[in-house]
Amino acid sequence: MKIKFTVQDPCQIVRKSFGDAIAEDFRYAIKQAIGEENLLEMSPNKSNNYCCGGGGGFLQSGFKDQRLEYGRIKDEQIKASGATYCIAGCHNCHAQIHELSHHFGGHYNVVHFWTILALSLGILGPNERVYLGDDLKDVNVFHPETAI
Amino acid sequence: MVLLFVEKPIERRITVYIYFLEGKMIMAEVAIKLEGKSKRSFLDDIKEIVPAGNLSLCLTCGLCSSGCPATGLFDMDPRKFLRMLVLGMDEEVMKSDWPWTCTMCQRCVYVCPMKIDIPQLVFNVRAARPRDQRPKGIRGSCDAAVNSESCSAMGTPVEDFIFVVNDVLEEYRAAQPEFADMVAPIDKVGAEFFVNQNSREPMTEPDEMVPLWKILHLAGVDWTYSSKAWAAENYCLFLADNENWETLVRRKAAQADALGVKTYLNTE
Repeated sequence: MKIKFTVQDPCQIVRKSFGDAIAEDFRYAIKQAIGEENLLEMSPNKSNNYCCGGGGGFLQSGFKDQRLEYGRIKDEQIKASGATYCIAGCHNCHAQIHELSHHFGGHYNVVHFWTILALSLGILGPNERVYLGDDLKDVNVFHPETAI
Repeated sequence: MVLLFVEKPIERRITVYIYFLEGKMIMAEVAIKLEGKSKRSFLDDIKEIVPAGNLSLCLTCGLCSSGCPATGLFDMDPRKFLRMLVLGMDEEVMKSDWPWTCTMCQRCVYVCPMKIDIPQLVFNVRAARPRDQRPKGIRGSCDAAVNSESCSAMGTPVEDFIFVVNDVLEEYRAAQPEFADMVAPIDKVGAEFFVNQNSREPMTEPDEMVPLWKILHLAGVDWTYSSKAWAAENYCLFLADNENWETLVRRKAAQADALGVKTYLNTE
């Protein structure tokens, strides 16, 4: 299908905890699921990646305008990658980047990795696809008869 | 060409800088430090926490600010923030909301040639604000977790969590027979992994828990949720409420110990 993905390296997991090694592990797993040729990197990335703006309590701080402005760099990085999906390995990243996609009109999709891994394994049911775009919503559906 | 730098303190708050170029004095200036209060400053705090973290090592190169997404918000940036604190302008810094727009992502430390820990300063400034004046949303999430047996920032009761997990599990075991043996154990003693859970899924989108369960099932992982202290999030950390931050971490760790699990898997 040639759908392109990029990956958000969570600050807490990569730069602040395990470094580039875990970013490489994450990419190994992602490539197994989507195919190496479909992963487009942001620049910079891994330990040098930009925070999306979802961390540090920002999502709950009440400073929404500032939070979205903070995320402008991330939004531009994702758009520049050419990907239409961003895989987020962190809940806060997921929520923030999802909002950035709508706010700045990029309309890229933001997915948890478990969604992509289960999709590639052929075990993703019809009700587990809330974050997939229209291009993947109906692909390889596990037990489609259970759709609600 | 040799540039010598001599720093000669001549009295408590005045320092004379004399620069020599090839033996000839080329410039002399008197730097007068701003008169601050004599009580403890953030500078003192940070020196105590990080003995090697001499903030005077800052070269003012600006790498921190040039690569910080929070630069410009509330007319502040990491370098300006640091310089103000080095100058003892604690009061001015305390008036700014900027520390709540810094996510403490540590990219500034990563790129800093002197590895100065600006995020630690941000944390200290957050902590110095009276608790009831810190952002209401973060405070509410912290308080909800502290008052919840689940440690959930959404205040999810233990019985609701248990009900949702079991209800969703039963539904999927029946609807997808290939996963009739799938489990989502709660309080399984001696499991390999304690898997914590962000409150968002059980409360607002429970079907999103299932792909992870399926992957753990196919991988043959021996895991368990906990009935108590199952929540992954910890907003007391972001509130810079050290006491409650530690309380939540200890409650989660105690639950993992009580269940005798080998590894605490933080999915947050």
